[in-house]
Amino acid sequence: MNIQEYFELVWTDYTLRTITLGTAVLGAICGMLGSFAVLRKESLLGDAISHAALPGIAIAFLITGAKDSGTLLLGALVSGLIGTFWIRGITSKTHLKSDTALGIILSVFFGFGMLLLTFIQKQPNANQAGLDKYLFGQAATLVESDVNLMIIVTGISLFVMLLFWKEFKILLFDADYTKTLGFNTKFIDVLITFLIVLAIVLGLQTVGVVLMSAILLAPAAAARQWTNSLGTMVVLAGIIGAFSGVFGTAISASQNNLSTGPVIVLVAGAFVLFSFIFSPKRGILFREIRFRKNRTDLKLMKTLQFMYGVVQDHENISHPHAIRILNNFQGYTRGSLKKLENEGWIAVEGQQWAMTPKGYKRAQEMYNKKAENE
Amino acid sequence: MNQKIAVQIDDLTVAYNYKPVLWDIDLTVPEGVLMAIVGPNGAGKSTLIKAILGIIKPIAGSISIYGKPYTKQRKLVAYVPQKGSVDWDFPTTALDVVMMGTYGSLGWIKRPGEKEKKIALESMEKVGMLPYKNRQISQLSGGQQQRVFLARALVQDASIYFMDEPFQGVDATTEIAIINILKELRKAGKTVIVVHHDLQTVPEYFDWVTFLNVKKIATGPVKDIFNDDNLTKTYGINYKVAVNK
Repeated sequence: MNIQEYFELVWTDYTLRTITLGTAVLGAICGMLGSFAVLRKESLLGDAISHAALPGIAIAFLITGAKDSGTLLLGALVSGLIGTFWIRGITSKTHLKSDTALGIILSVFFGFGMLLLTFIQKQPNANQAGLDKYLFGQAATLVESDVNLMIIVTGISLFVMLLFWKEFKILLFDADYTKTLGFNTKFIDVLITFLIVLAIVLGLQTVGVVLMSAILLAPAAAARQWTNSLGTMVVLAGIIGAFSGVFGTAISASQNNLSTGPVIVLVAGAFVLFSFIFSPKRGILFREIRFRKNRTDLKLMKTLQFMYGVVQDHENISHPHAIRILNNFQGYTRGSLKKLENEGWIAVEGQQWAMTPKGYKRAQEMYNKKAENE
Repeated sequence: MNQKIAVQIDDLTVAYNYKPVLWDIDLTVPEGVLMAIVGPNGAGKSTLIKAILGIIKPIAGSISIYGKPYTKQRKLVAYVPQKGSVDWDFPTTALDVVMMGTYGSLGWIKRPGEKEKKIALESMEKVGMLPYKNRQISQLSGGQQQRVFLARALVQDASIYFMDEPFQGVDATTEIAIINILKELRKAGKTVIVVHHDLQTVPEYFDWVTFLNVKKIATGPVKDIFNDDNLTKTYGINYKVAVNK
């Protein structure tokens, strides 16, 4: 199957449609909530939460013996939340910094989860296989009920996000100030964190514990490059996340069933790379172009200023002068002279130049502007 | 003159990890003063403001605003945090930040509308930031960022303003603009409490001063208590001699 066949099949084939819808919804919700994580500078929290969810999955299986994703993800949610609040507890109650707390919780919970997984695999009953799919994710195992769950949770998260938009925004920007206004910042904080944990848990089956944080952060990081508005950033991150999900699924389905999770993450990573380079305001490429242009403009203006100074001594501003009196210190080169002529600021004839009224006006404006700024 | 008391603090003690930052502070701030809180680094100046505003929990002591606990008097109080306390690369505009000043009176969930926008624009006008209203906040200079914070507090139309180093890292023009606004606030009968670093400007800008170095050294009118004795007690050196050396 190639990509084209995939996009034809996706409308008719039940499995493909389910998986694609699932990864799209997942990408969207993770992108949106990931924006909050990125802006709170808690990017690594996502990584810690997803790893902290693993023992929950194993314990849920050990207790209930059930293998349906609903039960297992509930376990993941509980242990993810415990991990998160322990991280908060460690940072607020001890001298340890948050990176240390994240590292501790991440590795201890993950280690415990791996221990439980191997324990389960050694069990004699045949029912144990398949839990390890939560390590790296397996989109192919998504069924309609999983996707329905995703859609419901996404809907609720969206509703909460819109309802508390103002509160989320002000807390993200200035938590202390928010407190002085009388808002219960702890409640808003817990709400945001809970939504992020929910999104992560939702993605474990598809992307897996190990790669989950990438799908949370990459769309947000990419979106940040294109906009200076929080609303636009959240929406854009959602769109980029959804596209990553769909394209990732398409590529993985059409290329010999490459593992979906990693492909989604790579697609999202490509969005990030593209945004870092090509975004008009913050991108590397346009920054370099702007820098060069400014430098050239500055040289031109320097030459023009010098000419303006020379012309001041003459009654007729368009009185011709020798090119020889210009030198490199005024930013003069053959090229810059040509550019000045192209702008219509000077006229060049033989070995002489003369300022045009237009050029005179431009130079004058610059003096006025300088005076204004001072 | 029987002045009303704006802020009353009794036996306030604050500690970070067992180390006292503020020790047994008693402080009375009368209504309508423009007060500087001065003291060396680590004296607990910002902490004092944060404790009054409930951002930091004290281990002991009581604080009242016009005779009632702060939680009942929030509407009377506005806060200008240190400029460096937030991430100015946050994706939002100057107007948006100023609008945040209306969030408190709006309460939960309700969104700001035209009325709030009008208030915010008026307040931006007062601090001379109207031309920059749609500017992304990361594109603002340090002085402009400080003015945005000031405008946000003005939006709250409070009776008491707490400001944490509003003159830090701003140029002379902005400093004059800000102090003029503070003086206007005082003229309007408001109480303004400012964490301040520049001792030279205290007599010129303020009419009331509190010397703080973990303990309260002195508090009162600038003309009565802003003297070598208190400066030396607060900073541990003979300030005038040290400066003139």
